[in-house]
Amino acid sequence: MTEITKDIVAEHGLTEGEYDEVLKILGRTPNLTELGIFSVMWSEHCSYKSSKKWLKTLPTEAPWVICGPGENAGVIDIGDGQAAIFKMESHNHPSFIEPYQGAATGVGGIMRDVFTMGARPIANMNALRFGRPDHPKTGHLVSGVVAGIAGYGNCMGVPTVGGETNFHSSYDGNILVNAMTVGLAEADNIFYSAAAGVGNPVVYVGSKTGRDGIHGATMASAEFDDDSDEKRPTVQVGDPFTEKLLLEACLELMATDAIVAIQDMGAAGLTSSSFEMADKGGVGIELNLDLVPMREDGMTPYEIMLSESQERMLMVLKPGREEEARKIFEKWELDFSVIGKVTDTGRMVLTMKGEVAADLPVAPLADAAPEYDRPWTKTKAPAVIKGEDVAAPNDLGAALLTLMGSSEIASRRWIWEQYDHMVMGDTIQRPGGDAAVVRIHGTQKALAITTDCTPRYCYADPETGGAQAVAEAWRNITATGGQPLAITDCMNFGNPERPEIMGKFVGCIEGMRRACTALDFPVISGNVSLYNETNGTGIYPTPAIGGVGLLHDYAKMTTLAFKSEGDVVILIGELTGEMGQSLYLKEIEGREEGAPPRVDLEKERKHGDYLRDMIQKGLVTAAHDISDGGLGVALAEMAIAGNIGADITLETPLPPHAALFAEDQGCYVFTVKPEDVEMARGFALAEDIPLHIIGTIGHTDLKIDGCLTISVSRLKDVHTRWLPELMSRPGSE
Amino acid sequence: MKAAVIVFPGSNCDRDLKVALTQSMGREPTMVWHGDSELPDTDLIAIPGGFSYGDYLRSGAMAANSPIMREVVKKAQGGTPVLAICNGFQVATETGMLPGALLRNARQKFVCRDVDLLITAENERFVGGFEPGEVVRFPVAHHDGNFYADEDKLNELEAEGQIAFKYATVSGDLTDEANPNGSLNNIAGIYNKAGNVLGLMPHPERLISKELGGTDGKRFFDHLVNSIG
Amino acid sequence: MKARVYVSLKNGVLDPQGKAISHSLHGLGFDEVLDVRQGKTIDLDLADMDRESAEAEVEKMCQQLLANTVIENYSIELLD
Repeated sequence: MTEITKDIVAEHGLTEGEYDEVLKILGRTPNLTELGIFSVMWSEHCSYKSSKKWLKTLPTEAPWVICGPGENAGVIDIGDGQAAIFKMESHNHPSFIEPYQGAATGVGGIMRDVFTMGARPIANMNALRFGRPDHPKTGHLVSGVVAGIAGYGNCMGVPTVGGETNFHSSYDGNILVNAMTVGLAEADNIFYSAAAGVGNPVVYVGSKTGRDGIHGATMASAEFDDDSDEKRPTVQVGDPFTEKLLLEACLELMATDAIVAIQDMGAAGLTSSSFEMADKGGVGIELNLDLVPMREDGMTPYEIMLSESQERMLMVLKPGREEEARKIFEKWELDFSVIGKVTDTGRMVLTMKGEVAADLPVAPLADAAPEYDRPWTKTKAPAVIKGEDVAAPNDLGAALLTLMGSSEIASRRWIWEQYDHMVMGDTIQRPGGDAAVVRIHGTQKALAITTDCTPRYCYADPETGGAQAVAEAWRNITATGGQPLAITDCMNFGNPERPEIMGKFVGCIEGMRRACTALDFPVISGNVSLYNETNGTGIYPTPAIGGVGLLHDYAKMTTLAFKSEGDVVILIGELTGEMGQSLYLKEIEGREEGAPPRVDLEKERKHGDYLRDMIQKGLVTAAHDISDGGLGVALAEMAIAGNIGADITLETPLPPHAALFAEDQGCYVFTVKPEDVEMARGFALAEDIPLHIIGTIGHTDLKIDGCLTISVSRLKDVHTRWLPELMSRPGSE
Repeated sequence: MKAAVIVFPGSNCDRDLKVALTQSMGREPTMVWHGDSELPDTDLIAIPGGFSYGDYLRSGAMAANSPIMREVVKKAQGGTPVLAICNGFQVATETGMLPGALLRNARQKFVCRDVDLLITAENERFVGGFEPGEVVRFPVAHHDGNFYADEDKLNELEAEGQIAFKYATVSGDLTDEANPNGSLNNIAGIYNKAGNVLGLMPHPERLISKELGGTDGKRFFDHLVNSIG
Repeated sequence: MKARVYVSLKNGVLDPQGKAISHSLHGLGFDEVLDVRQGKTIDLDLADMDRESAEAEVEKMCQQLLANTVIENYSIELLD
């Protein structure tokens, strides 16, 4: 038997204090298997020990929330007895080490989280952050991650309908791969993870267990160093075909009433699934590890418990239903094994070859999971940069073209054309718009789905950045005509043991809290990924927000594309011309400075509610919010999407470059038929919303009076070319 | 009219095909599981897209050896119309029902987008609803759609009018840019010699309503259902 | 008895993966590479049988499933 030395404890990522707690709970020295279990259960990834204190401050309730954070995914009511179930999760470290498999298994994991709860996945999204475009690894990572997401999602037959991608040097050594899945379930047939019923069988289904990913969960909670390349063998390999079978088999079994509880085996595999089920149910579990289906010979209890082999589930069945369930899984050619039972001891007892391999109390282990109040410092508020303080460009047209072809704004078509975004036949707003829109099959309803975060804002001013991320998600759903309902968050940060990083985390959460509250947009699920640092350099704080909204009648959906000649272009919201952290500043002046644009949540809500109301009245022919790149980029995107120009006149005291490129929040551009202008104006007046009529659609140029005239085809060319060119460089395969 | 849709483990466009057929037929097709050894009485057999058996080994290779495919091949030989879409096309070539093979896309990547297709041969049953030489729009979504046949076979397909669709520009030009996968002669779909089996990479079932972005697929199914009766 | 099957694309069939590998090798400075064709190996673990019948069986497997003879060649190696 392995002796538990200080070194072994340290290798398992437990601090001395944490190990003392282990000794106290057990009243003896743990064996290696037990130590391994403590190590994964108390890792940052599973215990949220640095973040819990702050996550608790987020609003998680609303009348339409059926299940908030704490289960495999969050659940909202979307009417007619239907529920949407969704979550976003990170797979950052594995994707950096092995981009294809890391991203693929990230997608597989998040889909399992959703179908574990009884939902059929109907849409996938992803939020990706890569290093600067000219970093030697970037092309290879983009190529591998995108292929991995495509490889898994396409095979599953779940459409990948959108997402976002940023490039920034802060991610050179730590890319972010955040995958989101939205599923559809019957509101009265949702499955939870709390084990119950003493004597009920505990059943293992899915793929066999191998030595994959042992210590993946602890790896996901450690900083990288130069030896990280050596960690490659711990990365898991995904098998989307098996997961497709697992999905169909689980949904088939869920249509019966045989399941008491179900939990997928994700990070920390059998350990975290069995402990969570036992802890939530307040029961004990006994497992005979000899009965676990194994792919390799000679696996030890330690390896079985810590393996992160993919495509596996743990279930508690009602007594006597085993054979019925077995038949379903055998039909789908999946392993099915009764490996244990629920007990009333409150202990997790694992046996193998007739010996007790581990015997741990469930509740104390879960309750005693460390929780830290890490020291933090507040980020100093940066100075506002006014438009007048930024030099005007020689040529506004050239500036717009530069932005349209820049890394943050250029078309992501090269990415999303690799994703099957139409399978299931319900994608009615494809990637490239403000939010993706997917019909609820067989109804007039649809879900609008978006992911958003502007990390440079979060870095400069975490509170504003956190609020902005939530507000932008809300706005993107609104621009399609959807009613925003809830969010999932994926909190990607550096090392929380550094007070300035912890301060960014605290700030972002506070901003999110304010925005979620003001916009009635609660958090229903999420995930935290810390220690995204290499050699002491952390990523930009990146609280990625996945938002979901509901359209009651998809016939009223709006897209950003300009539709027909003569439609009148309207701007709502006030342009301030503040240019701190704008892409204009970054791309044209080469500096990332100043305060991000202000987020006024009251106006945000008022303007959004107005636009949504206008859309639902059927008055709006196109709508788009202002975000990265400002009004100029918003107009160009609408023109490109509609393949038609516009004649715009701006009456503003601001310098033209500030009016066009400041990233003012809470603003939308939309179009109406000429005969509806007065109605739009009237409703805005009644609500005291600033409304400006800025032009009409027509011709083949985007013409902004006194500023620029550029053909739409030129804009489109510049916008489309950047990413394919980046990806055709040598070494990008 | 009665239709049967074959379902393999890993098929994932079976439901979409069912929706499209139901919309045009006014009744649902029968879904037939791969392990079944008998086909129901049917006027049309449809093999859907997806990743049968994960597309492991080669796309369509394992599905081609499933019990139900022996029956499908027999029925096809007896003249029953067979519509094989995407992975179904790959399965059909693997069984030998259709000539040639579908290789990895020339650009190595999965590609999902709308494509324009020139109707290059007459076949009343499948494309009689379109004008000869018309360009129609269906989406593609595949990793292995790069049609290959040796030169003799290719010449034969051209000469015998067995090429159903070619990737084209919206005005019907057969350019390299219009070809999403490197297929020889821009081939997107072919018939067997008898003309009762159609295999194509694009998915007509994905553009069957205005909301989805087009209705050429609906026209395709409406005519197919009409012509079979 | 173990058997190893090598499957490769026939000459004349475009091999985009081989081309991509070749391109990357050149990028890494391996200029001596003139051409790359890629394929796959399939290892079979067979019940005990004599070599002759093993070879015949594996031949059948290749014909029926392991290779697509429209585009692929195969060769069989019996290992002890």
